[in-house]
Amino acid sequence: MKILVCVKQVPDTSGKIAVNPDGTLNRASMQTITNPDDMNAVEAALKLKDETGCPVYAVTMGPPPAESMLRELMAMGCDGSYLISGREFGGSDTYATSQILAAGLDTIGIEEDDIIFCGRQAIDGDTAQVGPQIAEKLHLPQVTYAAEIHKDGNSVTVKRMLEDGYMTIKVKTPCLVTCIKELNTPRYMTVTGIFDTYSKPMTVLDYEALKDNPLIDKSTIGLSGSPTNILTSFTPPQKGAGMMLEGNDMKTCEQLAGFLSEKHYI
Amino acid sequence: MDFNLSREHQMLRKMMASFTENEVKPIAAETDRTCTYPKENIDKLFDLGVMGICVPKEYGGAGADPLASAICIEELSKQCASTGDIVATHNGLCCDPILANGTAAQKAKYLPMLTTGRKVGAFCLTEPNAGSDASKGQTEARLEGDHYVLNGSKVFITNGYVAEIFVVFAMTDKTKGTRGISAFIVESSFPGFSVGKHEQKMGLHGSPTAEIVFQDCIVPKENLLGVEGKGFKIAMQTLDGGRIGIAAQALGIAEGATEEAKAYVKTREQFGRPISKFQNTQFVLADMELASEAGRLLTYQAATRKAEGKSYTKEAAMAKLWCSEHAMKTTTKALQMFGGYGYTQDYPMERMMRDAKITEIYEGTSEIQRVVISNNIGL
Repeated sequence: MKILVCVKQVPDTSGKIAVNPDGTLNRASMQTITNPDDMNAVEAALKLKDETGCPVYAVTMGPPPAESMLRELMAMGCDGSYLISGREFGGSDTYATSQILAAGLDTIGIEEDDIIFCGRQAIDGDTAQVGPQIAEKLHLPQVTYAAEIHKDGNSVTVKRMLEDGYMTIKVKTPCLVTCIKELNTPRYMTVTGIFDTYSKPMTVLDYEALKDNPLIDKSTIGLSGSPTNILTSFTPPQKGAGMMLEGNDMKTCEQLAGFLSEKHYI
Repeated sequence: MDFNLSREHQMLRKMMASFTENEVKPIAAETDRTCTYPKENIDKLFDLGVMGICVPKEYGGAGADPLASAICIEELSKQCASTGDIVATHNGLCCDPILANGTAAQKAKYLPMLTTGRKVGAFCLTEPNAGSDASKGQTEARLEGDHYVLNGSKVFITNGYVAEIFVVFAMTDKTKGTRGISAFIVESSFPGFSVGKHEQKMGLHGSPTAEIVFQDCIVPKENLLGVEGKGFKIAMQTLDGGRIGIAAQALGIAEGATEEAKAYVKTREQFGRPISKFQNTQFVLADMELASEAGRLLTYQAATRKAEGKSYTKEAAMAKLWCSEHAMKTTTKALQMFGGYGYTQDYPMERMMRDAKITEIYEGTSEIQRVVISNNIGL
């Protein structure tokens, strides 16, 4: 059994956001972080490693500097990592990205009792499409929005957190699970992990390494192979502050009912 | 000459900055106000490998270098100097002397306790009448068959009432002065060991300081650290290393105060503009940053020399002297920028200023640092 965790290095949107004249993000001038939901996926994998001793590998597609993120994840406890990187892959949208990641995972090898973890979505694109698309391309069962994960033999029970409640699903391995922030609190890197991380294996998978995989079709990867076209991107207007009413008396209740009625909610 | 931190040290700083922001900062004021030992965070620091960071992996440590330890203490002290102090004492004054002077059996027994065993360490040198002049200690150790019997008391012992492993200095031969001092590894569970008065201090309220009393305390003969009569040398060597930790702590306090001040002056408006726009504010902050940069270079240099096995007595004393005086000046000036608010407990400035003062006193006062430096400049 092993766990493969798909991760993405994203711009740190908590800092200064730089935008190119064409409206796209100026990634080069922004600090990068590991996508927050992906950190929950890594933590979920490391928790299972604590329980079962199975190895955990981080997998990312990105430019060579993404190595720094992989080294940090190995300093947290991942046993090794894969950097899928090549000019041919640049500019890929979610469709092309999931195809390349699926080819990468397939090349690494997915065995009977393996699990693939992904974050729910990345904070730069916010699509939540890549995880599910990888599962589809690899013909694996998928469970999204995992808020609890239990592994029992060759099955995984996942409690999904939905907007209006929970749904518990049991799937057979190999499978793909996308994780949300409610799942756990990611651990820190450890000192030993930090000083060992550069001696852990990091394999670079470039176009040459993946080109013969049946999932790779040069016409459907990279910028030219991506069906998505961005017309424009913009910062949405900020929501105004909400209204807070305090008190448990009749007057406050009437006031609340008045507002709701005024807005035709009741 | 490469002034860049290695990628591992940079990663360590990032991890420690994140730990400090998320775990240390939120409880720093409360820790100070209630004089509470931050046990939960110290346990977490054991788990992360920060406690006993330089202890080799075979003994459960992280096998890192003195620079790594300094970076951890610096980052913690930016928000809570008490936490930095607990780590500095554990690493520099307990793990280090056992690692440097312990027998294979002592290292195999005690170092795992100080790392994976989560037992906190301490160092007992100072006595009521023997501070800067450590040679005048009165605590005695008498050999009786297979054990020593210790009698005496030690004061101002950092980690005093939480530590379980102590490196203790006592006279085995009073006629020989400093050559009659020996070092011992003492467990708090040994018969005749007790904790005396808990000190109420001006600052470092989260750092547990106490008197330690030895009353016919039975210490097995095999717990003699090094050889009889070499204790003073062990103490002085240990303090050389410990000073790097205090330099890092003081540097962290100064950097923390500078960051607080920089954030505040940009938001505080007087005379129609943020006070950061006044040249006086800018110049004072420029001096603070400059002194911190110098402090970093001195501290990291001393730590690197130690890692390389070079002499570092003078460099460690310079780093400790510079950083501690810088911490005191900087916290005072930073508080001034906050005006009346700085004097209140609503802001961390008064805590930082109280915490800074001790760095000019312990592990060798500023005056003693000048003695050490002048002894090493060919006079």
